[in-house]
Amino acid sequence: MKKPAMLLAVAAAAALGSQAHAVTVTLACGSVGQELQLCKEGAARWAKATGNTVKVFESPNLTNDRLGLYQQQLAAKSSDIDVYQLDVVWPGLLAQHFVDLKGKVPAAEVNANFKAIIAADTVNGKLVAMPWFTDAGVLYYRTDLLKKYGFTAAPKTWAALAMMAKKIQDGEQKANKAFAGFVFQGKNYEGLTCDALEWVNSFGGGTIVDDAGKITIDNAKAAAALDAAASWVGTISPKGVTTYDEEPARGIFQSGNAAFMRNWPYAWALGQSADSKVKGMIGVAPLPAGPGGSPAATLGGWQLGVSMYSKNQDAAIALVRYLTGPAEQKIRAIEGSYNPTINSLYKDKDILKANPFFGSLLDVFTNAVARPSGPTKDKYNQVSQAFSTAVTDVLNKKTKGADAVKQLSTDLARIKGRGW
Amino acid sequence: MTTTVPTNKAVKQRGIEATRARQAVWLLIPTMIAIILVAGYPLYRTIFFSLFEANLTSPDQKTFLGLGNFWFTTDEGIALGFLQDPKWWGAVTNTLLFTVVSVFLETVFGMIIALVVNSAFPGRAFLRTAMLVPWAIPTVVSAQMWAYMYNDSFGLIGRGLLGGTALLANPTTSIWAMIAVDVWKTTSFMALLILAGLQSLPSDMYEAADMDGASKGRQFWQMTLPLLRPALLVALVFRSLDALRVFDIMSVMVGNVSAARLSMTAYARQALIDNQLLGMGSAVSIAIFIIIMVIVVVYVTAFRVKFD
Repeated sequence: MKKPAMLLAVAAAAALGSQAHAVTVTLACGSVGQELQLCKEGAARWAKATGNTVKVFESPNLTNDRLGLYQQQLAAKSSDIDVYQLDVVWPGLLAQHFVDLKGKVPAAEVNANFKAIIAADTVNGKLVAMPWFTDAGVLYYRTDLLKKYGFTAAPKTWAALAMMAKKIQDGEQKANKAFAGFVFQGKNYEGLTCDALEWVNSFGGGTIVDDAGKITIDNAKAAAALDAAASWVGTISPKGVTTYDEEPARGIFQSGNAAFMRNWPYAWALGQSADSKVKGMIGVAPLPAGPGGSPAATLGGWQLGVSMYSKNQDAAIALVRYLTGPAEQKIRAIEGSYNPTINSLYKDKDILKANPFFGSLLDVFTNAVARPSGPTKDKYNQVSQAFSTAVTDVLNKKTKGADAVKQLSTDLARIKGRGW
Repeated sequence: MTTTVPTNKAVKQRGIEATRARQAVWLLIPTMIAIILVAGYPLYRTIFFSLFEANLTSPDQKTFLGLGNFWFTTDEGIALGFLQDPKWWGAVTNTLLFTVVSVFLETVFGMIIALVVNSAFPGRAFLRTAMLVPWAIPTVVSAQMWAYMYNDSFGLIGRGLLGGTALLANPTTSIWAMIAVDVWKTTSFMALLILAGLQSLPSDMYEAADMDGASKGRQFWQMTLPLLRPALLVALVFRSLDALRVFDIMSVMVGNVSAARLSMTAYARQALIDNQLLGMGSAVSIAIFIIIMVIVVVYVTAFRVKFD
């Protein structure tokens, strides 16, 4: 069914990539879930169609570690990696090292993508990277367990989630000691920044630093959100949740040991795969809201950018165009439930059949909350680390939410220094 | 006549010594050059950058700050120097705690193991090799292995022994969990160094002590320990230096962001790599260098350690 589209894309890519001689391009892929596998397959399809060779560079799992590695490569002006996979919060940080794709990728191809993401990838008028897939936090739940304990729908508020998780956990733990009500990304890293921003924002507590660059985190709603999250640790979430990143959380949910999980859409395809213990028992819903607030999902997603130091820039750009094109995004959406960044793909029947929630949660994906990477520019990473560290202290009950946001506000003022 | 002979001899000897001294200088030059290149230059660059505000991705665009990376308060009263950052002092405290406790335990356990292995019994050679296994495993591997064992949902220790306690989740408990890993890993190294010292002790002295009726305990406290002192102190200096520079165990077990609160070197890495603050990171590195140097000087002078 998807063959004609694929053939067309391959033919197009062959026409684009027809160069005097075949070259080797190195592509740095992530390795969360099926990322690496799909990345290798996509690269292989392009290589086969164009006669070039693609070497896949396996990046560290944690985004923080990946950034550190990339920055060292780029600062050294190394030509080892031609195409980098960039997190949505990195373009501001790394813009100077990437080729301006404006003019090199046809405007129609660029404009087919979500506007917000193209805006995030554009730094000082320079298109640093092409969107590859987008992400937003969603709530996974066990449909069978909700039914078993008499619930009819996914929780709309965090309080309802805590209540439901407690009831299911108490019931399930009679037979299964390792069962947890709710798992999320609680480890002190970028993922916790995403999760905690969702709590804070859904309570009406803002976005840490607002668009004008003003530090807004020291407010009662943000404090209440963090206190609510702290009350989950050790009650509905295992104490070890503060050591989990994406994959440990998914591991627990997918082995049938959790009722609720906060994660990215990629977990859907894996949860529905043949070897999953919860296949056919998963529901996906928007994340709950805080009292008086509305649900919030943090915007994630990855882009592909071409290094300025690449020796094969033309081939590298051709590879980026191929991988971020509709045919490849469709394959990735169906096989890995990676959200396309191209508007029209959300009407594609095959994609909606594989990921029923893509259609119903379109709002969540298009209205996701951005982390304050824009206003804080190249100090974003420091801001994020200060935030996740403050949240860690609240989750570990070392401080209360109110004290933590107050201290964080001082820390952020110090990071801001003379200005962002 | 008789007086000239020794003078001649002396002159001749001085000549040989002078030649030797000259030879030594020539032989030392390559080593000196190597040291200047591999240690001196990076150290100079670090000191140089610690005085600037510079970004790792574009080190050429830098502004002179003087000691501002260490201590600087803006007009609005915002403290920018890292010495004014409570997280830095937290990292220093945790590193010192880690060093003192782990080195103390390693010395005590290492001594016990060395004394056991030093006595004659069948299979001693095998045991001496076997005890090195934890030390031979790369730290990254052993740290990951322990992180799995500490896991609260499937770990041997976290789930099995402690019934679902997440030791690594909390900075206050994770430092003790990591001290345990370090002790497990490096006790054998300590034991080996002490064993080398033990084997150089003369056995006839112990025979004499036995004849005089000194108890084993007394022999240990009054003969073995004082005689072992030089070897023990060298081992202590080595281990303390290692422990003060701890990085890998923490980075692997709790991730880089949490590690930055537990160890000075991880704090430096965070400033330099994650935050791209070349100047600040260099300043932190200089501070670590000074702290370690002071501790070593205190050690060496207070205990009169001889390295020869």
